[in-house]
Amino acid sequence: MPLLGYIRSMFFFSVPLGKLVRRVTRLRGGGSAFPGLVVEKIDPGFMARTLTTLPHGVAVVSGTNGKTTTTKMVVELLESQGLKVFTNRTGSNFTRGVAAALLGEVDWRGRLHADIAVLELDEAHAVHFVNRVPPRYSLLLNVLRDQLDRFGEIDKTAELLQHVASKTTGTVVLNREDPRVARIAGALDQPESGGAEVRYFGLDDSLLSTFPNDDDMRAGPGSPMPVVPERPDADVVLRRVGVDDADFEYDGAIVTTHMKLRGVYNIFNAAAALTLARCIAGQGSGPMDHKSLLSALSNVAPAFGRGESLIVDGLPLDLVLVKNPSGFRLGLKSFPAGGYATMIAINDNYADGRDMSWLWDVEFDSLRNGGVDQLSGSRAYDMALRLQYDEVPVGGVDTDITSALAAFIRDAKGQPKRIFCTYTAMLAIRRELSKITTVEVVS
Amino acid sequence: MTQEASENKGTIRVVQLYPRDMNIYGDWGNALVLKRRIAWHGYTPELLEYNVGDDFPEDVDVIVGGGGQDSGQLVIQADLLSRGSTLQELAEDGTPMLLICGMYQLFGRFFKTRTGSVIPGIGVLDVETHGTDERLIGNVKVESEEFGEILGYENHSGQTTLGPGIRALGTTAKGTGNNSSDGQEGARYKNIVASYLHGSLLPKNPAIADFLISTAVERKYGSFTAGAPDDRFAVLAREHAGRRPR
Ligand SMILES: [Zn+2]
Repeated sequence: MPLLGYIRSMFFFSVPLGKLVRRVTRLRGGGSAFPGLVVEKIDPGFMARTLTTLPHGVAVVSGTNGKTTTTKMVVELLESQGLKVFTNRTGSNFTRGVAAALLGEVDWRGRLHADIAVLELDEAHAVHFVNRVPPRYSLLLNVLRDQLDRFGEIDKTAELLQHVASKTTGTVVLNREDPRVARIAGALDQPESGGAEVRYFGLDDSLLSTFPNDDDMRAGPGSPMPVVPERPDADVVLRRVGVDDADFEYDGAIVTTHMKLRGVYNIFNAAAALTLARCIAGQGSGPMDHKSLLSALSNVAPAFGRGESLIVDGLPLDLVLVKNPSGFRLGLKSFPAGGYATMIAINDNYADGRDMSWLWDVEFDSLRNGGVDQLSGSRAYDMALRLQYDEVPVGGVDTDITSALAAFIRDAKGQPKRIFCTYTAMLAIRRELSKITTVEVVS
Repeated sequence: MTQEASENKGTIRVVQLYPRDMNIYGDWGNALVLKRRIAWHGYTPELLEYNVGDDFPEDVDVIVGGGGQDSGQLVIQADLLSRGSTLQELAEDGTPMLLICGMYQLFGRFFKTRTGSVIPGIGVLDVETHGTDERLIGNVKVESEEFGEILGYENHSGQTTLGPGIRALGTTAKGTGNNSSDGQEGARYKNIVASYLHGSLLPKNPAIADFLISTAVERKYGSFTAGAPDDRFAVLAREHAGRRPR
């Protein structure tokens, strides 16, 4: 069978060849995805074959907000249970990126020494990926108004996530509080007929109001709160968020734990990660180690660029990434303005989204008392105009981020500082800050 | 920065159409701008909502309606048709209205989807819209004789053409507007301003906001005396937005 022999030899050579390409491109300082492209070209089945043979298969994390931090949390929670986890840390072209990352991890015979792969899946790449590699687990976080520039409509994003769920073979973990995500359960086959099992993570009723969904987003001040509908039971429920701790309820008991993470929305994503990690670790041979699970949970820190605290002039400077109305609202709620000097930097580069309409779906009343000290970014004046209409006093406005940041740090000396910024504004601010303080190095 | 009404020159009632189901892309911004500017001009704003199944408000002075997901449009469609004659009367009578995106389409004669099904509109505006595969997205600059340069952002796949009984809001200098062929954007009829532009539209285009307000006041009280809103940020936001790429 000459054809089969030919295919076999291709399999046999693709991994060593890919690893070689990877070494060479590394030496030349080349892009991270190129070796992945090479191996995918000569051996298209490489990725699926390598991933699906893992003992616990593949878990994917998707949704519009918080998938990077949540993926990181799932990985750390699973590692606390002694699992060896493969994950994708690169943001470049997804499939090639995963293939390239795999090449770095597999041995020369193409075997990956891991128990499970936990992958962050961009909605744009979701369909293509799950068609090739059906995941055993999927965690679907939310569908927020975010990438309308690219997808046109929120409902379309929900359809993409539903497709991910329909390809999942084991367990689908859904956000009970996001109607577009929770609805996916109804579209899946029953487990008896081959559909995945569904589990939920949820919020205490008292926290629901801090998570507006896009449907009641615009509700102006004084609009009646919608009635809380009947909801299914959740595997993990976030009951309370304190200054540096939180209460989670699962297995019928409430557990209080310290949290390094800040912001209600990050901690809600921790409940999501906990739900998925409990599913996966619960399938293992031994019992779960609750003590190390909780200690891992209390130690998770946000992923790069998703909100972090730096030290400038001996005082904290918090960077809060805002990229859509829900995120901005949650950021304002999670990080009260009192005692802090505030800066907002809004860019409208492609990665930020060009449409500024979303700023009008955020209420800025909570900044009215202290005002905003400095505005920056290419759309600094759009932000100034937005604040004017919410009667929030504005200090300096300067579209140039370098000089705006210098003025902010100079004028707010002696105060803790907080900067709300869009993605590319955050990159620019980190670059500037790295000149005056130690900023975590990004790999 | 805030100019409170020093004397009460009268009340202006602004009705938001279907804010529960049609409120995407910062449509709240248009309602908020009307609310604040009415006060800055010395009048008292009253903001009302009309949602599916509500009683239609009495004594309406200004109407604003926004865009929505396809799902939102389906929810409101029957209710809107049942209110067609009321809205038609208000429009013919000269009530100022701002209709953005989805509501612009539904105030027209019909929307024909890509698959050929026809969604009837209420026919207040002599326009028709055809669904396409092409999504028109990006910053837009429009030249209008009436309002000067209009700045905003479009995101739609329906393409609208104007009938003989209606004129465009302006001509596009950047971006697409109503459709990919005739270089026109929006519609003007009686005191209705209809447009595909979000941004939101009114904050950076205070001339349109003040047109709606002054028309409403004149209709109700006979004459309008303007206040002095501080538009320095609006001027700068327009300058910077106008320089941004498509
Ligand atoms: Zn629109």
